[in-house]
Amino acid sequence: MADIFDAYALADAWDEMFERPGEVRTAYEPVLAALQPIEPGELRFRADQMARAFTDRGVTYAFAGEERPWPLDLVPRILDALEWDFIQRGVSQRVRALEAYLADAYGPCRAFEDGVVPWRLLLGSPHFHRAAHGVEPPGGVRIHVAGIDLVRDEAGDFRVLEDNVRVPSGVSYVIENRRAMTRVFPSLFDGQHVVPVDGYPARLLAALRAAAPGGTADPRVVVLTPGPSNAAYFEHALLARLMGVQLVEGHDLVCRNNRVWMRTTKGEVPVHVVYRRLDDDFLDPLHFRPDSVIGCPGIMTAAVAGKVTLANAVGNGIADDKLLYTYVPDLIRYYLGEEPILPNVESYRPDEPGQLDAVLDQIDRLVIKPVDGAGGQGIVIGPKADAKTLEKTRKAVAADPRGFIAQRPVALSTSPTLAGERMAPRHIDLRPFAVNDGSDIWVLPGGLTRVALQEGNLIVNSSQGGGSKDTWVLAEGPTDGPAALPADDAPPAVAPRQLGPDGAPAGVQEGAQQQ
Amino acid sequence: MNDVILSRIAEALTWTGRYVERADATARILDAYLHRMLEDPWRDEDVACRSLYAILGVDAGSDAVDMQQVLDQLAFDSRSTCSIEGALGAARLNARSAREAVSSAMWECLNATWHALAEQRRAARRTGPYGYLELVRSRAALFFGLADSTMSRDDSWRFVVLGRSLERVDMTVRLLSVRVLDAAHAPDWPTLLSASGADEAYARVYGGFGDTPRVAEFLLLDRDFPRSALHALTTAEECLSALGRPRQDPARRPIGRLRTRLEYLDTHALEEQLPLLLRDLQTACMASAEAVAERFFPYQGPVVWAQEGA
Repeated sequence: MADIFDAYALADAWDEMFERPGEVRTAYEPVLAALQPIEPGELRFRADQMARAFTDRGVTYAFAGEERPWPLDLVPRILDALEWDFIQRGVSQRVRALEAYLADAYGPCRAFEDGVVPWRLLLGSPHFHRAAHGVEPPGGVRIHVAGIDLVRDEAGDFRVLEDNVRVPSGVSYVIENRRAMTRVFPSLFDGQHVVPVDGYPARLLAALRAAAPGGTADPRVVVLTPGPSNAAYFEHALLARLMGVQLVEGHDLVCRNNRVWMRTTKGEVPVHVVYRRLDDDFLDPLHFRPDSVIGCPGIMTAAVAGKVTLANAVGNGIADDKLLYTYVPDLIRYYLGEEPILPNVESYRPDEPGQLDAVLDQIDRLVIKPVDGAGGQGIVIGPKADAKTLEKTRKAVAADPRGFIAQRPVALSTSPTLAGERMAPRHIDLRPFAVNDGSDIWVLPGGLTRVALQEGNLIVNSSQGGGSKDTWVLAEGPTDGPAALPADDAPPAVAPRQLGPDGAPAGVQEGAQQQ
Repeated sequence: MNDVILSRIAEALTWTGRYVERADATARILDAYLHRMLEDPWRDEDVACRSLYAILGVDAGSDAVDMQQVLDQLAFDSRSTCSIEGALGAARLNARSAREAVSSAMWECLNATWHALAEQRRAARRTGPYGYLELVRSRAALFFGLADSTMSRDDSWRFVVLGRSLERVDMTVRLLSVRVLDAAHAPDWPTLLSASGADEAYARVYGGFGDTPRVAEFLLLDRDFPRSALHALTTAEECLSALGRPRQDPARRPIGRLRTRLEYLDTHALEEQLPLLLRDLQTACMASAEAVAERFFPYQGPVVWAQEGA
């Protein structure tokens, strides 16, 4: 029998499933045992089935102007209980530090006075919004939802690649991936204690309600979307539906007397918390881009007046700036008095005197990232770039040192991924999602694992043709088991089914036949 | 939390109901006509096709028309919401913009239907449109079945049913109108009955086919048949009444008035009253739909630059 792992050659990176060729890591043993006997044709069939299910459910994304099914690979990515505990603590610590930084930057500015972070980092950031200065958000929460991107390096250590505390997206795919896997590949879950991921919407709703302006007894939460043409519309609709709240577009809302209302068939109804899924720039044409038609004029004024809560808060962009990223370990020590649990990737700041030359000198050995880039755009991987690109990048960095950071290239860990009819190693990353309700930071077990589907590619974003994997966190033992079954002598709890003429008990039927 | 419904969503739901019903009715009409034509050895394709265009309110042009052209225009044209594909595409877009209000099962049904159409369309070129039309009808039934079994009986559901009911009256009236007002293109009564999906129900009530005034009576006045004008009007009125509007509701008044007229109609006089009645029914439905739009989906004009804090 053809073994789909026969031709699996480890890449020059940490492999999630195999310690050495042929030697599988403990957590993956049951999955490998379930996958190995499957014929390649059968795997392809299941993959196609999954793609079809995604297309029918509308779980698609736009790639090169075409609607494609969400690419989910059949091999799950597994994190054992210890690994997850570590990640979960690290992510939560990071979010606490970033919250403290935001509160500080929009308040007393201690970290700048104390010289932990230079002033120019704040004042030079395009995301620093004066409108947000001095606003004290309910519960002190500015980051209601965070997505912290992690990678695993050559040594198997998790490192933070970037922080997303504005409008991190992708959580719907975590939920959909699990749903699809349990339907298409139920046997894979046999005997495994995979922690469920469907608790997210309830946690999110609780956090959003907790963030309502003070004195609101029964706060009304809405999800604000730019509309169906947005690439993440599927996610906005899913979250609204699972939370049972309205999905609104800008023109569904109207601001009057510093309050936000929505237009309904029963007239205008007040709104207290807006989980907005559009960028600051488009939120309010009165404050930001006057040409934006997808926002709601006046909503920022209502937020400043404390009549409505925007989640995440306006101005969070100063905290996920890639240059600030390089300071986060210092911020953890400064605000929390703790050592960082999750390390950064070694980074340079061209912005800092002395480091610019070092970066320019070894640009062919570094990864250069624009501090503002999203979706993997504008990233130049030095060792893989041609001379012309390098020269262009060198000029760009020299002209605007504040606009870039440089990092040591990390060979992201690989995971077996179905490529055609066989398994091949592909690079992956991980985006865990954290929800902050003001008293507790909860991290969704697992997160979104993205896969670079091209061999050797290090950029995993779906906008660059990346795929995804169902991400499993294994519980140490069975979590909440099923309720105890009634003892044998207990009376049956359910009455027997009544049967119609066609379903008459066997004896009667036989009697009828004899007649 | 969801005690209210956004105007935009209400509008999208109403149109979703309308468009699915339109696709369903159009598929039924095409199916009845095309198969009637195939079975009729004396058929005049051009005349029959023109009659179809007349029913669905599409301009036939002056050149001779054949079945393929009818299908291209009334079934496969994705740019026109008068065709099946256009109506289903519009239904899908409307449901998509109201995705947190329709159930996932309903959305999935529309979306999967949309994706399945292409294959059936290709097959229709080889083997005829039966499979295509059958798919549309069964999916429409599935969609409304899912609406009935997965949505709470709240306002969201009422808007879907309201849209479906208004479209249903419109389609029934269109079918009858062609028979009554435009004798040259008239379909025969059995075709008309099967195009309304009413042939079997009619046969059960009257025990046979063919009696002219009775078919009209059945399609307009039968209380129990869900595609009759009276039944659909009653449903629409119930929806509007449950949506909680004042007594003089401009959306409810025109259809309420027609419903009462139908209920107390002297069936002996039906035949001579028919032309006027059909015209009034159409006007009433349009007036009601406009009033619904005005009342529940207020026009969202350009952003008003109110002075903040004023």
